[in-house]
Amino acid sequence: MEFKLKIWRQKDARSQGRFVDYSITGVTGNMSFLEMLDYLNKTLIEKGDDPVAYEHDCREGICGSCALYINGRAHGPADEIATCEVRMRLFKDGETIVVEPWRAKSFPVIKDLIADRQALDKIMQAGGFISVNAGSAPEANSIPVSRESADDAFDAAICIGCGACVAACKNSSAMLFVAAKVSHLALLPQGRKEARKRALAMVAKMDELGFGSCTNTTACETECPKGISMTHIARLNREFLLSGFQT
Amino acid sequence: MGSFINASIGKKFLVSISGLFLISFLAVHLTVNLFLLAGQESYNLVAHFMATDRVISFLEPMLAVGFLLHIAYSVILTISNQKARPQKFAEVDTSRSSSWPSQNMFVLGGLILAFLVLHLSNFWYVMQFGEMDYIMYDGIAVKDAYTLVTGKFVIWYHVLAYVAGAVFLGFHLLHGFQSSFLTLGLYNKKWRRRLEIIGILYTIFIAAGFSLIPLYFLIGHYAG
Ligand code: SF4
Ligand code: FES
Repeated sequence: MEFKLKIWRQKDARSQGRFVDYSITGVTGNMSFLEMLDYLNKTLIEKGDDPVAYEHDCREGICGSCALYINGRAHGPADEIATCEVRMRLFKDGETIVVEPWRAKSFPVIKDLIADRQALDKIMQAGGFISVNAGSAPEANSIPVSRESADDAFDAAICIGCGACVAACKNSSAMLFVAAKVSHLALLPQGRKEARKRALAMVAKMDELGFGSCTNTTACETECPKGISMTHIARLNREFLLSGFQT
Repeated sequence: MGSFINASIGKKFLVSISGLFLISFLAVHLTVNLFLLAGQESYNLVAHFMATDRVISFLEPMLAVGFLLHIAYSVILTISNQKARPQKFAEVDTSRSSSWPSQNMFVLGGLILAFLVLHLSNFWYVMQFGEMDYIMYDGIAVKDAYTLVTGKFVIWYHVLAYVAGAVFLGFHLLHGFQSSFLTLGLYNKKWRRRLEIIGILYTIFIAAGFSLIPLYFLIGHYAG
């Protein structure tokens, strides 16, 4: 397969970036998108050019670092997979592929396709935890959890913090991410106690960091590689709106 | 309270709750309009009731407040949302991920507002401050709102404006209805689909109702 690539190149956080066109041949359908980029980088390095910087780690959809906006969609053309799981056979031979970093005020681009997503960590630091006394781990079955809550909490807990929800959102809102974290902890007895306080703190941090507000377009839900549902956003809204009644 | 209003979800709460208030007002308004089909006397009497009833005259300023809150907080949120992405994506494809109305609520809202200005100056302003004919029903002098309204509904460009207004409103409601419930947190796996369906049915009721009534008079006029 062969492709025309339009890739965002930017020297550093302070430089102006621009799209650079590349042609690539000899790609196979079984290559992952990242392998295709590695292949491109090999040719760039051989020519003495600067390789395209992009983020990756696990390459199996669990770390959330492969944050690429491909042909107008976060994590590319398929639903519920991360960029690293995208195979080149999903594209048409000869197609032009536009590759951009996440773009949001809260995610400044630091080089080429890498946007700094530390803002998500800051939201976590504001409340994405449960307060416990450190010590030896308690006996696992001493706090009963219903099967339903465990399943629902797990559905939220699989958020990999990739930030695709922010990228997919026309408002650059981080609501789906925050909702996943708030929901995950609120559904479990250990996290329930601080649920409303947590919602308040995380939303305040999200607003402060310059993320937009959610207008319920559901774009995040579709582009989320883990299929985190809008129903978690509803739970976050509930926790937030009831936070005034926290005892 | 300050931190509530300052938070994005607090502002959204106000947009949502005012939106639901306006949504319920639409049903009342359409019900009144349906009396146009029942004839001059029925409509004039209903219009008279709406203009003089104590409860309704209490609700009228509330309605204005509802509109103002809905518009003001939508503007505030939209401005800050615009600022959240200073550098836009070169290519955006939302065809799979979200509905067209959901992506264009602000524009649709603006179009509805433009229609509202026209609508208020056509009817509401005239009924409140203009010169109106009176008809006597059982010894009570009642403004002849029927003639005012149906007089407009036989002019094609007025009808066009009303149909357009109903269509914009329909698209706005298609997203706005379920979105209001989601923002209030009244939404879960079970209710998601139900709210979608109720929203669609309500939207059809409102948009079809508001556009078919002027069309009925226009067609009746030309069909003789
Ligand atoms: S909610 Fe989905 S899209 Fe957002 S950070 Fe988590 S995994 Fe990524
Ligand atoms: S590289 Fe880890 S999720 Fe893609």
